[in-house]
Amino acid sequence: MNLEEYKGVYVFAQQVDNEISSIAFELLGKAKDLAKDLSTDVTAVLIGSGVKELADQLAEYGADKVIVVDDPELKDYRTEPYAHALSSVINQYKPEIMLVGATAIGRDLGPRVSARVATGLTADCTVLEIGDFPLQAVPGQEQLHNQLLMTRPAFGGNTIATIACPYNRPQMATVRAGVMQKIDPIKGAKAVVEEYNPGFTPDNKYVEILEVVKAVTETVDIMDAKILVSGGRGVGSPENFKILEELAEVLGGTVSCSRAVVDSGWKPKDLQVGQTGKTVRPNVYFAIGISGAIQHVAGMEESDIIVAINKDADAPIFDVADYGVVGDLNKIVPKLTAALKAEIAAAK
Amino acid sequence: MKIVVCIKQVPDTKGGVKFNPDGTLDRGAMLTIMNPDDKAGLEAALRLKDQYGAEVTVVTMGLPKAEEVLREAMAMGADKGVLVTDRVLGGADTWATSTTLAGAIRNLEYDLIITGRQAIDGDTAQVGPQISEHLDIPVISYAQDIKIEGDSVIVERQYEDRYHVVKAKMPCLITALSELNEPRYMTPGGIFDAYKQEITVWGRADLKDVDDANLGLKGSPTKIAKASDKVRKGAGEKVTLDPDESVTYIVDKLKVKHVI
Repeated sequence: MNLEEYKGVYVFAQQVDNEISSIAFELLGKAKDLAKDLSTDVTAVLIGSGVKELADQLAEYGADKVIVVDDPELKDYRTEPYAHALSSVINQYKPEIMLVGATAIGRDLGPRVSARVATGLTADCTVLEIGDFPLQAVPGQEQLHNQLLMTRPAFGGNTIATIACPYNRPQMATVRAGVMQKIDPIKGAKAVVEEYNPGFTPDNKYVEILEVVKAVTETVDIMDAKILVSGGRGVGSPENFKILEELAEVLGGTVSCSRAVVDSGWKPKDLQVGQTGKTVRPNVYFAIGISGAIQHVAGMEESDIIVAINKDADAPIFDVADYGVVGDLNKIVPKLTAALKAEIAAAK
Repeated sequence: MKIVVCIKQVPDTKGGVKFNPDGTLDRGAMLTIMNPDDKAGLEAALRLKDQYGAEVTVVTMGLPKAEEVLREAMAMGADKGVLVTDRVLGGADTWATSTTLAGAIRNLEYDLIITGRQAIDGDTAQVGPQISEHLDIPVISYAQDIKIEGDSVIVERQYEDRYHVVKAKMPCLITALSELNEPRYMTPGGIFDAYKQEITVWGRADLKDVDDANLGLKGSPTKIAKASDKVRKGAGEKVTLDPDESVTYIVDKLKVKHVI
């Protein structure tokens, strides 16, 4: 592999139902920073059926070039034709960096493609920067410059690791949604648009989609929520979760819960935060009537702002809360909902 | 039907995390459990076995002590266990791990391979899809329901806002979500039997069609530049106020932080 041949920062521009996913714009924002440091440009790879007209939007968010792979086989996401499309683009154009969103699509496509083009893939990155590998010069080992340094949490947020992919190209990363910043769109911006079709020949790896079932709102993934209102055993009963639901609704948030709540059969397991549930990092996490066992904390301490309400002043949740309120949730939460409703109405 | 289930022994994250000097995990020093998504994958395989009849082989790669999760899986109802362990396989990233497991699975007969979506230590969700690529078979990730129909599997494949009902011809690899089911417990008889059974132990020499250049720490394209315990943020503020004051306090904080 001649590493020098590989140039440019590439982004997989995920679209679903011919609508570009927000993560694609976020990746373009980050790609622009990286490309600046490397004195190169940004290319979006747009894969789908009838998607060419979406290229201008990618230009407005920072793509200098858009490679469009358009084929009827690519209508709905399926691993094989998409993996074939993206790995063919990589083999043809030889990008230095390939970024993919850490979505339910990207976390399937990324590994399949990385294995096909025989390179490394770092999952769920939260920080991407250009730097040296090794970070400090080591005697007897060449220090490489202009490497992609990919930082990610692991162990449910217990550790942070920075990973490089020094001897293979492209350097591939999946990137968590909601972490990178989009640029303000530049109206009327145009990119160089290039169509590329590697040819699609269905084989056993082309699975058949029998049905597409779009979810109703109740199945919001708590991992994607910007605001979580999370309840513990202290909420008292399944019926009493209503006051949490009302608070969540006012803020456009979602209700989640602790393990105790799932074990009591009050809420389904897919709403559980913690070591045996999901790891979440919303902008705001309300821990209401949650004592804060370490297994719970491991799943939510990465949240930007943690607000805890608990009647027990010694509850461990207060050790991680930014704002802790000792008090009766039954009295505070309904009043908080009403106050926020008034604030939001006044701001409009 | 023959089903291979890949399982991983993972550190119980509540026990804290320890590193080797080279930045890789010191797995020997931590308490361990069977990875939850893998356990759901195993349970899915055992339900297919109950329903359609199947031979379930569990495969793990790890230190010799990873035999424990194979015994646990066999006590739950798996028929055979394969431990892939060798010093030269240590420090593997997802590429080298998937290369290793694919090399082991090539020795086995299978209609279906089930892995967990992701492990709670690395959280990468990469090894399943990468194994499928090495074996050149279809993959269906994020399975929330699995059925068999003739020589095909019908799987509900979860996305953020929808699911697809997907049909694939076997052999096929499926990655399981922990929401898929509630894993069964080991039975006393199962535990007894599991400890009587032989576990197959394979090393580097037993892996089929793999190149040394793709194994272990050396064969891993990704390299750890730096790893550290997360710096825990300390406690913030804690106030005890009457309900109205509490509400004002929270609303003010949310305003300062531009949440509202």
